[in-house]
Amino acid sequence: MRFTKDHEWVIVQGDVATVGISAYAAEQLGDVVFVEVPEVGKTVKQGENLAVVESVKAASDVYAPVSGEVVEGNAELGDTPETVNALPESGGWFAKIKLSNPAEVDALMDRDAYEAFLATL
Amino acid sequence: MSDQDLKKTPLYDAHVALGARMVPFAGYHMPVQYKDGVLKEHLWTREHAGLFDVSHMGQARIRGANPAKSFEKVVSADYQGLKSGKQRYGVLLNADGGIIDDLMTARPDDDGLFVVVNGACKDNDYEIIAQALTGEATVTRLENRALLALQGPEAAAVLAAHVPEAAGMVFMDTLALTAFGVDAVLSRSGYTGEDGYEISVPADAAERVWNTLLTDERVKPIGLGARDSLRLEAGLPLYGHDLDETVSPIEAGLNFAVGKSRREAGDYLGASRIGKELAGELSRVRVNLKVLEGAPAREGAEIADEAGAVVGKVTSGGFAPSLGYPIAIGFVSPAHAAIGTKLKVIVRGKQAAAEVVATPFVPNRYVRKI
Repeated sequence: MRFTKDHEWVIVQGDVATVGISAYAAEQLGDVVFVEVPEVGKTVKQGENLAVVESVKAASDVYAPVSGEVVEGNAELGDTPETVNALPESGGWFAKIKLSNPAEVDALMDRDAYEAFLATL
Repeated sequence: MSDQDLKKTPLYDAHVALGARMVPFAGYHMPVQYKDGVLKEHLWTREHAGLFDVSHMGQARIRGANPAKSFEKVVSADYQGLKSGKQRYGVLLNADGGIIDDLMTARPDDDGLFVVVNGACKDNDYEIIAQALTGEATVTRLENRALLALQGPEAAAVLAAHVPEAAGMVFMDTLALTAFGVDAVLSRSGYTGEDGYEISVPADAAERVWNTLLTDERVKPIGLGARDSLRLEAGLPLYGHDLDETVSPIEAGLNFAVGKSRREAGDYLGASRIGKELAGELSRVRVNLKVLEGAPAREGAEIADEAGAVVGKVTSGGFAPSLGYPIAIGFVSPAHAAIGTKLKVIVRGKQAAAEVVATPFVPNRYVRKI
């Protein structure tokens, strides 16, 4: 699993990256009450808006940690947005992206680097 | 404003000790939530009793020969008719009848009027009030007092265990007394739609009172996040969001804030505009919306009619924890304000169905009779 400074994570299998938000981000957001996942076929560049996650308090953007084409959105989050809090780094994934530039993944932080980054916040 | 300019309420250390997440609000470090989070805190308040620190709000005394008459120069409520032991909601008006702030005014004792105003507005409010009252009455800021709110269906039983007099009060009653061993001002009111009290105590007693109330297992500390979702469900407008200097009390549906005697006399600021609005000449009115699909519609989202033409704007909105769906407060043209009107809210470019519903969203549980 690799992380961004905006607290998204990716896991790559083949040429598809599964994307979500970190446990830290989910905890910071608080209770998630609504998730808007991207539509299949949407093309995103690294750093662009990918999804929206809303807590009781506010709406927050989820940025694409990698560039590519969305091949699946996690439809289950429509009915059970609380999964983002319960399982942020597994069942609470947002989207799967077919990588257009796999090298982007290598530049992301591994867990140790991400945790070191969190310690600076 | 940088973080080091922010003020602390007398309960700052207590919040930090409870693991609160502190955020800047109205110039203060305030707890937005504690460890349980907004959703659980909200529901706890609806079921049990929630304790809030609202010490950022301004507390003041207005004193003079006839403080109520003087104060009526800048507010629309009938305060000369306010009986001892009661409090009444009112709005501070500008010359055009726009709302400078909304406030509570009480007569807890014979020491003039006791006024509570919004934290973010207080400096400006006091200046305007003091100026209008020059030579007749004075405004004294009670800087050395804290304000706590205890809200929820179990609030009355909790407080009565410490302050027996509280049980004899009904909604909007107020009382100056010795409570928790200090001089206190109680009112049976709040901003959650629940029964409950606001408790003004000296700053140096605040932490002791706070901790005393928290020893009751029916009580949990509740942050500003839940305070906002609770007041939204209660259909209560929030200054700086639903109310501002362009909005009149009539547009905001706060007709009761313009006293009957004041309407007859027409002796309040903005009377020409407000008189016309009372007669039905309105360009926009506040509505409550139930969002029927999609994302919460938050402040700034446009409201459209069924054909897609923009007819207004959301001024506050979010997910309603007690209802399980998003709700919003907004302003629309009067033609679209009837209960049951089908509208759309536009969130991130997408239209979602919404419907005008009655206020409050969640029935209030004020205790009007004992």
